[in-house]
Amino acid sequence: MKPRGVPVLLEGAKSRPQAILSHYRERIRTFNSRINAFITVLAEGEADRMPHAGGGILGGLPIAHKDIFVTRDVRTTCGSRMLADFVPPYDAAVVERLAHAGCTLLGKTNMDEFAMGSSNETSYFGPVRNPWDLERVPGGSSGGSAAAVAAGLAPVATGTDTGGSIRQPAALCGITGFKPTYGRVSRFGMIAFASSLDQAGILARSAEDVAWTLRAMAGHDPRDSTSVARPVPDYVEALGQGVRGRRIGVLENCFDTGLDPQVGERIRDALRVLERLGATLCDVRLPHLSLSVPAYYVLAPAECSSNLARYDGVRFGYRAPGARDLADLYRRSRSEGFGLEVQRRILTGTYVLSHGYYDAYYLKAQRVRRLIREDFLRAFKTVDILAGPTTPTPAFRLGEKTEDPLTMYLNDIYTIGVNLAGLPALSTPAGLVDGLPVGLQLIGGDFEEALILAAAHAFQGATEWHRLEPPGFEDSES
Amino acid sequence: MILARDQIERLAALASLEVGEEDAGRLGHELARILDFVRELDTAVTDDIEPLTHPLELSQSLRSDCVGEPVDRDRFQRDAPQTEAGYYLVPRVIE
Amino acid sequence: MKWESVIGLEVHAQLLTESKIFSSTPTRYGAKPNTQAGLIDLGYPGVLPVLNRTAVEMAVRFGLAIGATIGRRSVFARKNYFYPDLPKGYQISQYDRPIVMGGALDVLLADGSVKRIGITRAHLEEDAGKSVHDLFPESTGIDLNRAGTPLLEIVSEPEMRSAEEAVAYLKGLHTLVRYLDICDGNMQEGSFRCDANVSVRPLGQRELSTRTEIKNLNSFRFVEQALAFEMERQIRVCESGGTIIQETRLYDSDRRETRSLRTKEDAHDYRYFPDPDLLPLDLEEGFIDAIASALPELPRAKRERFEIRYGLGAYDATVLTQSRELADYYETVAGTDGLDPKLVANWVMGEVLAGLHRDHLEITGVPIAASDLAGLLARIGDGTLSGKMAKEVFEAMWSGGGGADAVIEARGLRQLSDQGALEAVIDTVIAAHPAQWSEYQAGRDKLLGFFVGQVMQATRGQASPKLLNDLLQKKRHPPS
Repeated sequence: MKPRGVPVLLEGAKSRPQAILSHYRERIRTFNSRINAFITVLAEGEADRMPHAGGGILGGLPIAHKDIFVTRDVRTTCGSRMLADFVPPYDAAVVERLAHAGCTLLGKTNMDEFAMGSSNETSYFGPVRNPWDLERVPGGSSGGSAAAVAAGLAPVATGTDTGGSIRQPAALCGITGFKPTYGRVSRFGMIAFASSLDQAGILARSAEDVAWTLRAMAGHDPRDSTSVARPVPDYVEALGQGVRGRRIGVLENCFDTGLDPQVGERIRDALRVLERLGATLCDVRLPHLSLSVPAYYVLAPAECSSNLARYDGVRFGYRAPGARDLADLYRRSRSEGFGLEVQRRILTGTYVLSHGYYDAYYLKAQRVRRLIREDFLRAFKTVDILAGPTTPTPAFRLGEKTEDPLTMYLNDIYTIGVNLAGLPALSTPAGLVDGLPVGLQLIGGDFEEALILAAAHAFQGATEWHRLEPPGFEDSES
Repeated sequence: MILARDQIERLAALASLEVGEEDAGRLGHELARILDFVRELDTAVTDDIEPLTHPLELSQSLRSDCVGEPVDRDRFQRDAPQTEAGYYLVPRVIE
Repeated sequence: MKWESVIGLEVHAQLLTESKIFSSTPTRYGAKPNTQAGLIDLGYPGVLPVLNRTAVEMAVRFGLAIGATIGRRSVFARKNYFYPDLPKGYQISQYDRPIVMGGALDVLLADGSVKRIGITRAHLEEDAGKSVHDLFPESTGIDLNRAGTPLLEIVSEPEMRSAEEAVAYLKGLHTLVRYLDICDGNMQEGSFRCDANVSVRPLGQRELSTRTEIKNLNSFRFVEQALAFEMERQIRVCESGGTIIQETRLYDSDRRETRSLRTKEDAHDYRYFPDPDLLPLDLEEGFIDAIASALPELPRAKRERFEIRYGLGAYDATVLTQSRELADYYETVAGTDGLDPKLVANWVMGEVLAGLHRDHLEITGVPIAASDLAGLLARIGDGTLSGKMAKEVFEAMWSGGGGADAVIEARGLRQLSDQGALEAVIDTVIAAHPAQWSEYQAGRDKLLGFFVGQVMQATRGQASPKLLNDLLQKKRHPPS
C-alpha cells in the first residue's frame, strides 16, 4: 500500500480529474460516518464554483478546508453552534489562493469549537475519532483535517495552528502537519481565535505534499496587516537540500518528566536517523520554555475574549429566541451559542485583561513571551533546526481529559512555545507506540520553512512511518 | 484561590455571558485553577523586558485612501437574524 | 464662597477621508442605511483591518499645527464593550501610545486677550454606527454606515475656567481643523462632536474636584448652555452641602438642562490591550517632514498678519480668519488697488456675512465674486455711488444682477455729483418753497432735512449727499 502523493495526483488529474475527485468523494461517503471528520461535504458540482478549478499549479487537486476558513456560499461553522448556519459572503485568502491554484473543495472539516481544544471534543458537531483507534481522539483543534488525511478522505487539508492545532493532531493521526512562520500565510478570512498566534498551515501525508501546497498558499496579502511581504521560495525545489550538514538541537526540555518513555524512545530513534542522514546533533535547553503553557493561557484567552465579542446575535450567527431586552439577547445568544470551553476561555481572557489584573497577567505574559522568543533566537544562532517530540503521549481516549481543562492544556506543552515565538514547525510521523502514531517535531528559525521541509523530506525518504495507513482505512486504489 | 460568585458574575457581565447558579461555582473553581496555574509566570524575572505583542516586530503598512470594497447589503443582511428597511434590529434600547 | 469652574473638552473630529480608517467603503454622509457598511465595518468573522494612510497624515497635520510631539511609534488598542452600534464588540482606538502628544491652542477671548489652552493628546480611532430608536415600534434599528469612519479624538487639558473660554477654544479648534482640511466641522451631521468634563472648586483651591462628563453637545450654543447649567448645578449642590458624583450626563437642549445618564459604578471596564491585528505605526522623519512642509498658513498666523498688513483690530481679524475661504475672499477684495482695507472689512463682515447668514449659505457659495465686490467698492471710492446706493447695488448683485457697473447702468443709479446740474435742481426747489427757505435762512436749522428730502425726491435719490449739503449751506449764507 502506498498512498498517492500530490505530484502523482496532479499528474493523474491532467487526464482524469473527475476520477480523482470521485475517488475521494466515494471514500468520504464510505468512511466519514466512522470518524466524523467533515462537518460539511460538498455535493457533486458544488465544488465547481471555484473559479479556476482544473488549471493552475495544483490543478485538479482535491482539498479539504478546516471549517475555520470562510468559504463563499458554503456554510462555515468554526465547529460552533454560534455559526451552525452561517453561510459567508466571501472566501478566505487561503481558500481563494488554493482555488486559484486549481484545488477542488471536497468539504469543510470538523474542529474544536473556534479552534479551542486539543482533542476535537469541543466541536458542536460531535467529536472526531482517530482512524488509528476509534475510541481515541485525533487531537485538535484541526482534528477533522488530520483524521481526514490519515483516513485517506482527502490528500491534503488546511488547518490552523494557534498552540499546536496542526502539529498535535498530525502527530496523533500519523501524518505530516506544518505550521509556517507567523505572517507567511494570510489570515484574512480565517476566523480568529488568538490573532497574534493563529497561523494557517497544512496537513498532508508527506513533507513533499506540504511543500506543493504551501507554495500555492504562502505569500503577502495586503488585506492582512500582519502578513509579511517577502518572496516565497520554491519549497518543492528546496526539498532536495536534505539534512546533511545541518545542526540539529535536541530540545532537552521535552524529555523531562511527563514524556511517555516509549514516545521518547521513538523520538531518540528518529533523531538517530537524522544523524545517519548527515545531521549533527547537540543538546539544547531553552530556559523559559516551561513557561510557554502559562504564557499561552493568558495571551490566547485574552485575545479570544475580544475576538469573539463580535458574536452577539445581531449581524450574523445564532440569536437566542425571545430575549427580554438587549442585554438578555447578548447573554443568552452567547451562552447558548458558545460551548463550555469557549466560555471558559472568554471568561479567563476577560479576567486577565480587566482592571487591576492586566499588568500581573497580560503584560507579564507578554514579557515572558519575549523571553521565550529570545530563547529560540539564541538557540538558532548555533543550530539550524530544533527537534523533539510533538506530544508527550500518543492519542488519548475520548473523554479522558475533558473533565480537567488543565490536563488538556498540558497536552500542547511541546508545541505552544513555537506559536509564542512565531516560528515555523512541522510534525512528521516517527513510529508507533502500541499501534498509535508518534510525531517528531522539527522547528526552524523565522521563514526557514524550506529548511525544515527539506529535513523532513530527507527523514521521510529514509523511513516508512508516513506511509502507514490506519488499519481499516487502507486506500486500495493507491 | 477561588473566584467568588460576584467576581464570576462581574466577568460574565463584562463578557456578556449568562452564567447560571450551578455553573458559577464550578466555573469559579476552574478559573481559579487556571489563574493559579498561570501564576507560574511570576518565576520569570522580567524587569526591563519589553512586552511582546507580535512575534515578528514589524511596522504597520498603510493603504491608500481609495474606495473599493463593494457593499451588497441585501446579501449581507441574509446572514442576520432580524432586519427591516435596511436596518439590523435589536430589542429596543432606551436612552 | 467664590467658585471656579474647571473645564476640559474632548472633541471627536471625523477626518475628511474618502474611505474608512480600516476598510475601503466610503465615508459619505446620508446614504441609505447599511449601504456603506462592508464586511470589515460589519465585523464579519475573519476580516482584518488595514490602516488608511490619509487618516494618519491628517492626524500628523493636526499635531504639527498645534506644536505637538508626533508619536514616532503609536499603537492601536482595542477598547472592549458591547453595544449594538459597535459591530466587533470593541472599538479600535489608541490608548497609551497616541499619535499626537502635547501641544496647545491659543484662543482669543472676547476681551481681546489670548489664552493658551493645552492639548493633552489626540489619537486616531474608528467611529461607531448609529442606533435609531424611533423608527420601529419594538426595536432599535442599527445603521452601520458610520462604523469605521476615521475620528481624531482631541483631548484638552482641564484649563478652561468658563463656558466662554470653552466655546472660544472649541471655535478655535473648529477653525483649525477646517484650515487643515482634515474635518468639515459640520456639527449638525456629527462630524465635529464635543464632550465636556466639568467640575467646580472654591476659588484658590489647587486640587481638582469630582467631575462630571456631559455628552451630546452638538452646537456651540449647546456647549455654552450646558456648561452654564452644569456649573450652576454643581455649585448649588456644593453650597447645599451635597457632593458631586462622578457620572456621565446628557444635555437636553429642549429642557436646557443636563441629566444623569450613568454613574461611575456602572462604568465599563474597557480592558484595553494592543490590537493584535495591527502592527505598531512607525512614522519616519521624512513622512512627518513632508507633511510639515505642506502645512497651510494657520489661523493664528493669518490673524496676526491681517492685523498688521490691513490695519485691522483683533476682533475684525479674528472674524475674517474664521475660515480659510472667508480669509481668502477678504484678501482678494482688500488687495485690489485703491480700496481701503478697513472699508472692505466692514462690507465683508457686514453685508456679506449677513447675506450668507440670511440665505443659509457658506462663504464658498457666496453669490458675489470677490472681484465683483471690489468693483462695487471702487464705485464708492470714486464717488459714483453713495453708501446707501451701494447697498442697493449690492442687493441687486446678490440676487444675480451681475457686476456693479451693469447694475448701476441698468438702474440709472449714478450719483448726481455735477455741481451745476445739482444747483439747478436746488434753485427750482427753493423757488417752489419760498416761505420755508426764508425760515431756513432765518435760522430754523431743522428745515435742512426738508430741503434735502425735496432735492432727493427730485433727483430720484441720486444727488450726492455730500455735495447737496455743501450747496445748501452755501446758498443759505450767500457771500455778500
